[in-house]
Amino acid sequence: MSDTDIMAENDSERAPGDAGLMIRNAVAHDLPVVIALDERNTGIPKPDYWRDMFERFGTGREGRYFLVAESKGQVVGFIIGEIRAWEFGSPPCGWIFALTVNPDIRLGRIGTQMFNAICGCFKAAGVTKVRTMTSRDDLTVLSFFRSQGMMAGPSIQLELDLDE
Amino acid sequence: MRLHRATRLALYAVLELAATPERQVSAADIAAKFGVSINHLAKVLRDLGRANLVDAVRGAGGGYRFCGNVRRTTLKDVIEIFEPENGAEGNAEPGAQTEFGAALAVVFDEIDDIARATLDSITLETMLKLTHRIQKREQRQDVA
Repeated sequence: MSDTDIMAENDSERAPGDAGLMIRNAVAHDLPVVIALDERNTGIPKPDYWRDMFERFGTGREGRYFLVAESKGQVVGFIIGEIRAWEFGSPPCGWIFALTVNPDIRLGRIGTQMFNAICGCFKAAGVTKVRTMTSRDDLTVLSFFRSQGMMAGPSIQLELDLDE
Repeated sequence: MRLHRATRLALYAVLELAATPERQVSAADIAAKFGVSINHLAKVLRDLGRANLVDAVRGAGGGYRFCGNVRRTTLKDVIEIFEPENGAEGNAEPGAQTEFGAALAVVFDEIDDIARATLDSITLETMLKLTHRIQKREQRQDVA
């Protein structure tokens, strides 16, 4: 059993209806479901992107985490993150840059358990801060991270249209 | 960010009631806690009642109780009851139609967009969790 499996089993926030949910490291066999879940949520199929993400984050490299939530033998969500050091001048901290839950079973605390699991991985690796970035328009994801206690960090994202 | 006094009071009142939705709280108790007049609070509670966020329970032991959805109601939902958005307001200001007015509007729109997203993503439940976390932090500091 991996560290992440243990974290899910010990999760004190587990809701009555989610017995049996397991958070584990992703394996190559999970990719078709990951690709389908993302396509369902975003409307854009990106199989090559997710295969590349699995190569980079799902193969056990230090500080990189690609976790899936499995219920009754089915993958129902996934979360990806990594520890980045000195990016934008920041000391090492965990970054979450993908989180998806099957929309049919949202509000079952699956996202919360995946969030707790990846934060547990970050903590175990010695970092004490977790960050993420979401679209201002994506209120579902923004509200979720807010509900986990996340607040605005010290950075402001800026961009420029290069064709102006 | 500055909110009208009534809006801020509405947020306090709704959070006070949402913290213990099974409990009925008298207007006098809420007014005393936040240091406002009962008359001022009564008007705010009436507006919250019209928005189906609070119920008035009449009779002995009566008071107000939260009847909304704590996981769905956001800060923006409450604020908009008292301060409806008016996108054209800034355009009427002197200078707004000049080149500098247009550039300033872009900056203030950016600030408004961030504020709107923040207020729209924080539910009452998230606020209650934040309140609890701050209380725990303060208790830890007191012990230390």
